[in-house]
Amino acid sequence: MDILRLATAGSVDDGKSTLIGRLLYDTKTVFADQIAAVERVSQERGEERVNLALLTDGLRAEREQGITIDVAYRYFATARRKFIIADTPGHIQYTRNMVTGASTADLALVLVDARKGILEQSRRHAFLATLLQVPHLVLVVNKMDLVDYSQEVFDQIHEEFTAFAAKLRIPDLTVIPVSALNGDNVVSRSENMPWYDGTSLLHHLENVHIASDRNLIDVRFPVQYVIRPQSDDWHDYRGYAGQVAGGVLRKGDDVIVLPSGFTSRIAVIETADGEIEAAYPPMSVTVRLEDDIDVSRGDMICRPNNQPNVTQDIDAMVCWMDEKAQLRPGAKYAIKHTTRTARTIVKDLAYRLDVNSLHRDETAQALQLNEIGRVVLRSTQPLMADEYGRNRATGGFILIDEGTNRTVAAGMITDAG
Amino acid sequence: MSDPDLNNYQLSQLDTLEAEAIHIFREVIAEFERPVLLFSGGKDSIVMLRLAQKAFYPANIPMPVLHVDTGQNFQEVLQRRDELVRRLGVQLIVGSVQEAIDNGSVVEPPDGTRNRIQTPVLLDTLEKHRFQAIFGGARRDEDKARAKERVYSFRDEFGQWDPKNQRPELWSLYNSRIHAGESIRVFPLSNWTELDIWHYIARERVELPSIYYAHEREVVDRGGMLYAVGEFITPRDGEEVLTKRVRYRTVGDANLTAAVESDADTIEKIIEEVATTRITERGATRGDDKFSEAAMEDRKREGYF
Ligand SMILES: Nc1nc2c(ncn2[C@@H]2O[C@H](COP(=O)(O)OP(=O)(O)O)[C@@H](O)[C@H]2O)c(=O)[nH]1
Repeated sequence: MDILRLATAGSVDDGKSTLIGRLLYDTKTVFADQIAAVERVSQERGEERVNLALLTDGLRAEREQGITIDVAYRYFATARRKFIIADTPGHIQYTRNMVTGASTADLALVLVDARKGILEQSRRHAFLATLLQVPHLVLVVNKMDLVDYSQEVFDQIHEEFTAFAAKLRIPDLTVIPVSALNGDNVVSRSENMPWYDGTSLLHHLENVHIASDRNLIDVRFPVQYVIRPQSDDWHDYRGYAGQVAGGVLRKGDDVIVLPSGFTSRIAVIETADGEIEAAYPPMSVTVRLEDDIDVSRGDMICRPNNQPNVTQDIDAMVCWMDEKAQLRPGAKYAIKHTTRTARTIVKDLAYRLDVNSLHRDETAQALQLNEIGRVVLRSTQPLMADEYGRNRATGGFILIDEGTNRTVAAGMITDAG
Repeated sequence: MSDPDLNNYQLSQLDTLEAEAIHIFREVIAEFERPVLLFSGGKDSIVMLRLAQKAFYPANIPMPVLHVDTGQNFQEVLQRRDELVRRLGVQLIVGSVQEAIDNGSVVEPPDGTRNRIQTPVLLDTLEKHRFQAIFGGARRDEDKARAKERVYSFRDEFGQWDPKNQRPELWSLYNSRIHAGESIRVFPLSNWTELDIWHYIARERVELPSIYYAHEREVVDRGGMLYAVGEFITPRDGEEVLTKRVRYRTVGDANLTAAVESDADTIEKIIEEVATTRITERGATRGDDKFSEAAMEDRKREGYF
């Protein structure tokens, strides 16, 4: 059994909460006391039937405003998989939340209302999913019950979206007609849509192939922490602890430590459970080298013949996430990339991207909350950078405002070096 | 961790969760000067200790453990705590609610429940030791308010959580920057569910306090909840003392935590029970979260875990 992380996006009222509620309910993840609480609230509000959306609307402010305002995480499991849902709000003012949810997602689920078809926001959601390199996208056409389960309506939406998606280079796209309210095609195939020959949503989620989405080629091991036990038994022990960010490390491999360029060989790969032959993402392991060289947090262990760019200059797409400040050329931030933190200056804002039209505004002077743009950065220290498209773990970074300490931007490296 | 899969390079669900938690432990220890691990004695905090131990092996866990003792704990739980701390060679700090009541810094509520007055004692202890990063064993599946909590949960000088003003958290890049007096609560088990915890306990052969397993106990039935008769609960007029086979799904204060009827006296039986149960962990066993729809959210804002 493995884990599938999915991010959901939809505009208000497209039925996202109902759909998630339905998945939780039909996979028996919802408990009797949670259902009782939802029934009580539905009744108090005078709603006709039990409102499954209430299962996922967490915070008080949300309950009062009737909308989802932050990323909420939900869990359910079937016999095949464990699922982690990052449930994000769809409105443009919550772009940063969607970006956050999509950053770790294997699959993005974009919801549309069958009556309304593809809206500007649906395009935006699909764009953000591809910007964050979510490998699989599912377009869920909801509320099919309100269009008489019409194949024509579905086909039209399907075509329109496929045409648009061609521009985005979505690696894997699936389109599914459902009624979240009635459960059609959510957990099992619906008899109301005999013309549909695909699988139910859950069946797709259970079977979509994600193992090969990881980069198993480029060995990347960012050193997180150096383990040096203060005891006589382990006097000379020096272990480099970290989580494998790419490739397969093997005992005996020749390695290079960046940025220093020192070379050595892997003597031991181990965990608290003992030595292992090989390590791959996302394993957390400890590596010991044959030679006693200087290695510390923020360094990266790679293969000599396959190295990332060691560079102070980076081109990146950034999503600005702070409501108080703006990104402007000349501004300085702390940058956190893998396990390395440095300072960086924005050399240039090449353009701001309109997330709805994908138009590039090269006259833009700043980026505000939820805006996305392309920047050129120069850092005080070299970073071991890969293109985000090649490896999300070594291509993503965050910017932190050194005054307020807030996380102000998420960045995806487009060109390193 | 299980043996690596050298054919497909797959990682199982439990190994993925373990790897993620270990990454978080190491990240915090690398970036904070004064970390501490909250220990409640419950299964989640025992799993936390196991993960911390694995993250730094063969070195010892490089931080102290803090227990806020309400004075109303189950004896079995305190015993297990002391054993563990001794075996792992970690320092134990106890924040005592009884002491705080005695010296007048908190007032015991008339009904004798101490859950709410735990929070000021916790905050005082954290402040006294100037802890900056505080590990907790909370899971997002426990409660709707928790579902929105970050792995690194920023707290202001008063230890308060502001759900509307959380730092975005992307990939596995955590922002550890804080000003003096502020702190971060860290939740490595965020993505675990109750069932994951039990599978992990079984796999790792983690020893739990005996009250987690089915045993005979004298209880009283209060509004459908079974409370153990003992030092902290005495039968009220008209209440019948029943002897039942029960176990605890969570471990909190003895006067607030209810037992559930169960025959599950082995880990395998517990897993089966948890997998098929229809009531949430908190709904079944916690008197303290029932007051309102938003009880947990309110307590978290005040600085509770
Ligand atoms: N008829 C119909 N109504 C739906 C369906 N899915 C959701 N709804 C209704 O649409 C409204 C908005 O749903 P909700 O899940 O709250 O939308 P969200 O804002 O996207 O989370 C509610 O009144 C739902 O009952 C569906 O498949 N069919």
